[in-house]
Amino acid sequence: MQDIYEKLTEILQDVFDDDEIVASPTLSAADVDGWDSLAHVRFILAIERGFGVKFSAAEASAFANVGELANGIAAKRTA
Amino acid sequence: MSDDILKDLSWLPRAPEDFRKQRRALSDKTGPVGQDLRFLATHRLSDSQLTQLAQTIVDLRSAGADLAPLVPFRLGLVGNGTLDLVAPLLVASAARHGIALEVVQTEYGQLMQEAMSPQSGINSAKCDAVLLALDYRALPGLGSPTSVNDALAFLGALREGFRQNSGAISIVQTFAPPAEALFGHIDRVLDASPRGALDRINTELARSAAASDDVLLDVAAIAELVGLANWHSPQQWNLAKLPFDAAYAPFYADHVARLVAAIKGKSRRVLILDLDNTVWGGVIGDDGLEGIRIAQGDAVGEAFLAVQANALALRARGVVLAVSSKNTDSVARGPFREHPEMLLREDHIAVFQANWSDKATNIKTIANELSLGLDAMVFLDDNPMERDLVRRMLPQVAVPELPADPALYVRTLMAAGYFETIAFSEEDRKRADFYQDNAKRVALQASAGDLDSYLASLNMEIFFAPFDAMGRKRIAQLIAKSNQFNLTTRRYTEADVATLEEDPDVFTLQVRLTDAFGDNGMISVIVCRPQGEDAWEIDTWLMSCRVLKRRVEQMVLRELVEAARRHGKKRLIGVYIPTERNALVVEHYAELGFTQVETDATDGRTVWELDTATEVPEAPMTVHRAAQRAEAEPAQ
Repeated sequence: MQDIYEKLTEILQDVFDDDEIVASPTLSAADVDGWDSLAHVRFILAIERGFGVKFSAAEASAFANVGELANGIAAKRTA
Repeated sequence: MSDDILKDLSWLPRAPEDFRKQRRALSDKTGPVGQDLRFLATHRLSDSQLTQLAQTIVDLRSAGADLAPLVPFRLGLVGNGTLDLVAPLLVASAARHGIALEVVQTEYGQLMQEAMSPQSGINSAKCDAVLLALDYRALPGLGSPTSVNDALAFLGALREGFRQNSGAISIVQTFAPPAEALFGHIDRVLDASPRGALDRINTELARSAAASDDVLLDVAAIAELVGLANWHSPQQWNLAKLPFDAAYAPFYADHVARLVAAIKGKSRRVLILDLDNTVWGGVIGDDGLEGIRIAQGDAVGEAFLAVQANALALRARGVVLAVSSKNTDSVARGPFREHPEMLLREDHIAVFQANWSDKATNIKTIANELSLGLDAMVFLDDNPMERDLVRRMLPQVAVPELPADPALYVRTLMAAGYFETIAFSEEDRKRADFYQDNAKRVALQASAGDLDSYLASLNMEIFFAPFDAMGRKRIAQLIAKSNQFNLTTRRYTEADVATLEEDPDVFTLQVRLTDAFGDNGMISVIVCRPQGEDAWEIDTWLMSCRVLKRRVEQMVLRELVEAARRHGKKRLIGVYIPTERNALVVEHYAELGFTQVETDATDGRTVWELDTATEVPEAPMTVHRAAQRAEAEPAQ
């Protein structure tokens, strides 16, 4: 799980152009400047590419925070 | 996966570790930033990095920063899917190709209104071009009996609307068919299937774009390259209405950017080849003629033969070939002269630089001998050290990264699209020969010493004619492409040129030149417009740089002065408008004996005047002249 968070931090910093963001389970769109619907799409696409996983449209819009997202990634990677 | 070369833009070097830091540093830089932007953009950037670089460009522009030498271009962007993700990628990719791109977007779904209303956002922005980023989902009723004609009428109306209401040309996309067949294999012949209908629409679009000023962006070909099942992502369409898989967005954006660069005449023209392990396998100095690998039937040798065949195919379409190799000259030339399997021969190579100097110096020599800028050069070398050196010393030169396996050299080089062009004429085909002959002339000149006797030895013949339909395409091309020897850099389209042919008040000249080495083709274009009763203003004067220093300008002026006199004009007025590229001709009118009458302090333009009673001396060349229209008066 630790490695997922590390990689998520990297992707978050890249997508939102902010060196200070750190992925934590409770981090959500409301906490990050510029995390609008378009940025969300870019974020999801970057995760798909970075982790080599695919999300359905339903999954992509269902994550309430980074914790749920990390669990989703972990589940797909073990599946 | 073999589409990685394309998807990852693998001809570009990897992004520097401190990309974000370098990018941010640009905001604090004083002076022109264009070169730095272009350097950063010329890396393998993720879509996030591209997006951020685009934001930096937008911020710099609104802060009033000087983006030179990037050339400004305003692109309208309309389509039927979400283009917000791709728009910043276009801006960053354009910097890679020397363009300071500004993207003007429209509201989702307001396509026809944008085209038809003169007050629409796109039309009032006065774009240079509008990109119609439509995919097949924009064409309702695809597969119905009238769908092909409906689609073509729809697209035609959009193109015509933008043209009429803003003067912008359209960049028209072909349509990638959906990844799902409807009937099956018979789809190809059935207009009732999306594939069959789109095939016909694409063919017709390509034809109509070629017959107009509009430019074709062959998205169907891009999708073919990467595979339709990869290109179309149903999830991403559903999630965000992305018209194609975002993984290919950097590749798509690079294609748009290279096309815009081609419109602005910024395509590259010269391929400089390293030899050892690039053109043949092995090291000629160590392995000798028998040891290098280029034979048919040898898997390694065939990879290098493919590089040679590709270079020859490029040469046949007008790309000039040169060699830069660390070798003893006679050793490096050995295979070209004696190896039976070599496809490349010495007379295919315009400039051959085999020596022990560094490659940056050699590439500069090649550019000088060809009288072309460094930004026209592509340098192909298997050695990462040499590539890195050239990128650092000469950032204007394009240097593709190459994969370890030489079998992929050709694909990588060609995927980069360095030699993109929007039109192809008979003269382009001969261009490699022109430049090659020119290099011979430079060499001869260096040895000849006395310029006049050298010029006389060239047996030059100059041909003057007014604009006509036959020269139209080439005239328009020169007007679009000439940057250096161009006094006013006014751009006219092919349609404008046709209008000039008919305008009785305008005096036009197209000039051709032949010499002992061959036919230089059309080398100069002149447009004069009346100013007051007694003067002509030289609206356009441009010349191909390959005939520099041959006193062609002088003979053109002589022709102009005589024509002006015949038309009862007392004065010729010349204007020089400075740009990033035309410092070459800042003294043009002074050197021809004009007197300066005015300087415009704001844009640095200068205005010059010459009395048409002036006798312009003859230069050593024979003159041929076609009759100017409406000049039926008997010869004196």
